[in-house]
Amino acid sequence: MSSAFTGSSRVDVDNSTAQLPRHTYISPAILNLERVYEQNRQLLQKKDGAKVPDPITIPQTKGKPRLLLMGQRRSGKSSISGVVFQKVSPSETLFLESTARIHKNNLSSFMEFQVWDFPGQIDVFDNPNFAFDMDAIFGEIGALIWVIDAQDDYLEAVARLNNTILHLQRSYPHINIEVFIHKVDGLSDDYKLDIQRDVTIRIQDELSDQGVENAPVSFHLTSIYNHSIFEAFSKVIQKLIPRLGQLEAMLTNLCRTCRFEKAYLFDVTTKIYIATDSTPEDMASYEICSDYLDVIIDFTQVYGNWQRSPDWRKHLEQAPWMQPLEDQVACERAESGMVLSDAQRPIMLREVDRFLALVAIMKEGSYEKMPQINMNVDVVVKGLTEFFEITKPKETRTTTETIAGRAAGGWIND
Amino acid sequence: MALAQAQAQAAQLKKVKKQKVLLMGKSGSGKSSMRSIIFSNYLARDTRRLGATIDIDLSHVKFLGNLTLNLWDCGGQEAFMENYLSQQRAHVFSNVGVLIYVFDIESRDVERDLATYVNIISALVQYSREAKVFVLIHKMDLIQSLTREEVFDRRVNIVRRKTAEAVAIVRKQKPEQSPGTPGGAAAAAAAAAAALAASSPSSILDIDIDMQLFATSIWDQSLYKAWASIIHDLVPNLGVIETQLASVGVAIDADEILLFERTSFLVVSKWTSREGDNNPFGDRFERMSSILKSWKHTCSKFTGTPRNAEQFSDLEIKMGTKFSMFVTKFTTNTYILVCMPPGEARFNSAKLNVAAARPWFRFLDGPVIAPSAGAGSSQHLLAHNSAGGAGGVQSEANSRPLNI
Ligand SMILES: Nc1nc2c(ncn2[C@@H]2O[C@H](COP(=O)(O)OP(=O)(O)OP(=O)(O)O)[C@@H](O)[C@H]2O)c(=O)[nH]1
Ligand SMILES: Nc1nc2c(ncn2[C@@H]2O[C@H](COP(=O)(O)OP(=O)(O)OP(=O)(O)O)[C@@H](O)[C@H]2O)c(=O)[nH]1
Ligand SMILES: [Mg+2]
Ligand SMILES: [Mg+2]
Repeated sequence: MSSAFTGSSRVDVDNSTAQLPRHTYISPAILNLERVYEQNRQLLQKKDGAKVPDPITIPQTKGKPRLLLMGQRRSGKSSISGVVFQKVSPSETLFLESTARIHKNNLSSFMEFQVWDFPGQIDVFDNPNFAFDMDAIFGEIGALIWVIDAQDDYLEAVARLNNTILHLQRSYPHINIEVFIHKVDGLSDDYKLDIQRDVTIRIQDELSDQGVENAPVSFHLTSIYNHSIFEAFSKVIQKLIPRLGQLEAMLTNLCRTCRFEKAYLFDVTTKIYIATDSTPEDMASYEICSDYLDVIIDFTQVYGNWQRSPDWRKHLEQAPWMQPLEDQVACERAESGMVLSDAQRPIMLREVDRFLALVAIMKEGSYEKMPQINMNVDVVVKGLTEFFEITKPKETRTTTETIAGRAAGGWIND
Repeated sequence: MALAQAQAQAAQLKKVKKQKVLLMGKSGSGKSSMRSIIFSNYLARDTRRLGATIDIDLSHVKFLGNLTLNLWDCGGQEAFMENYLSQQRAHVFSNVGVLIYVFDIESRDVERDLATYVNIISALVQYSREAKVFVLIHKMDLIQSLTREEVFDRRVNIVRRKTAEAVAIVRKQKPEQSPGTPGGAAAAAAAAAAALAASSPSSILDIDIDMQLFATSIWDQSLYKAWASIIHDLVPNLGVIETQLASVGVAIDADEILLFERTSFLVVSKWTSREGDNNPFGDRFERMSSILKSWKHTCSKFTGTPRNAEQFSDLEIKMGTKFSMFVTKFTTNTYILVCMPPGEARFNSAKLNVAAARPWFRFLDGPVIAPSAGAGSSQHLLAHNSAGGAGGVQSEANSRPLNI
């Protein structure tokens, strides 16, 4: 059987030229990026070498930064932890039981994190039966996330939150307090804002009555049924990343040189974005980029994770290819692109390291420039990799695990 | 003689191309929800707003260029059901190609649901003995996942038994005996059975219902599995599609090729290499449908263009030395997904070859045979296009006799 596709009329693309543009042609853009990258690198070296204190005012904890989830019973803490960190689908949270003891999760991602899910029935500051070791709880904390059920009467929740803030301000004033006004799905936009205003005022009034000013309290409107919970966590975590400004500068530069509309650096397992460029926040862009990442992960799970037969590789490396598989591919990590039909806007994705992926929305009609764009992305990816090599504990460095090899995610339960 | 043959063939093709599909089951079981999600781009959560269907909602769903489903979404409230079984009996149950019967797994009154089911099957057997039956055990998401399989299996057994009962009733029924079943429906059933028995007494004895059962939910991909099976047998020229997909697959060294209908993202046809057969994910076809459809919705939300508009083209994934894949607009009515081994050059060549193969499949967009040219079946279109349109690319499919 002779088919058109295997005969002489096969539409072949020459192996050697297919990969050429990546290494031979250097555009002004790439030079510019190399320079930025080099500056950043020198900056980092100088800092690390001279042990200059970090510009960001987070205490450098010995262990892993910790996120504490607190709030009233049934406010949604375990649901949030499940949906964001353990791939539980929102509808499955209906079956969750009330938490009886502190539930701890470890995440080894681009940073090491712990997430502690508290039982709503326990108030650590006001417990007649048990004196909690405050240092053990708050000593290494990155942020306290206080969850308020917006669909319920929240006065008691706010009162407890006030009490908690006052306690923390006394002993651990640096702790970020992140208030999640939660379950806002099904609430009208006006009503959401009303609640947010009301809660904010109640807390600020109480704090100033007590003479506390400038407590680091932020508010987020969240729901597990849409992207808002991931977006809120993104904000929470970004505050804990040392040298976030440099990351943002790298992305901003990439957007300028490649004419991207918006770029995000994602933590792949949680879909939290840990940095974006300096253009204004835009929920819609975040949503589509995050969903795109999901699509790629889903495809990879189905088609990337099964063992090919021993003959598979042999077949692929014989004529007409005559190259090891590694040399046949242009990029050893995941790369993907897609074009939106409305204005021919492409979206691109590139895996950075075993935890992170870059996802960007491009300007219309830029699909043809993909080769140059890819080169610029290569440079930024290199820069990002180095950036995180430096911040990472030694033992986790230089692994080459990929999106493909990591469908299960990096979470461990205690 | 050739003309007569062609006319006969055209007539036959015409018949396949319009299919009457009955969608029945108790009120609230989820019939309209499924239809809206599959064919009208509803999101699962949009279906909460659907009202009960009044009488019969008739829609003509164009599926590919050459198949129209006449979808009869039959409101399931008791009064309507009673009416289908009596006054409208012949109207509803004649010329049925497919009956889709939906059971709500959470229904309280299982006995009653089953009694209604028996009546419906009896009516169907009387008027459309050849009809295929798809039974969907629906809303499975409401059952805890650990017990789903068991609950489904148990229900399958009951439904099969009841189906046999329904057939037996028709078989035995004589005009003077209509025991048990109440009212006008039973009388009409008995009369119809008698008429059928009189016209072809022998055939009644070998009624053998072609039936498939599925566990479904609008909240996961199981919906796509059931509906892909339903439309699968209705698609004209399936043999040609399969053969040609296979030649493309072999030619470009693919692991798997899926062909999706553009609106529903149901899998129309698929081809898998021997290597690809090792893929342990048996549910991957419906998963791909579900993923791509929800991606389409995401894009629509972002672009602000309607959900039924084309939303994306040319999705490419290269996963290092693991695999490569692309999903691209193929013919006017289809998308194609190709999963293949890694390699930049291999990928580019596959894309070009898939583009070159496009004309072979143009018959998928073919209009229903023009009345003036009854003989111009889609096969000719295909032969013509692949010879002329594909330039230097030659296909084995061209020279093969095309038996449909
Ligand atoms: N509508 C809505 N419901 C939510 C949301 N998040 C959680 N829930 C529901 O809230 C209920 C309680 O959730 P849990 O996560 O168990 O609450 P909890 O704060 O961990 O409760 P305790 O463990 O008792 O302190 C569950 O039925 C969830 O499905 C949300 O964003 N929207
Ligand atoms: N949990 C769950 N609910 C579903 C599912 N499918 C449909 N529903 C819900 O069931 C309700 C009734 O659905 P419909 O599609 O209107 O029911 P119907 O069968 O068309 O009813 P009639 O038109 O009266 O015959 C809607 O609120 C749907 O959201 C499912 O798979 N799971
Ligand atoms: Mg809990
Ligand atoms: Mg209905």
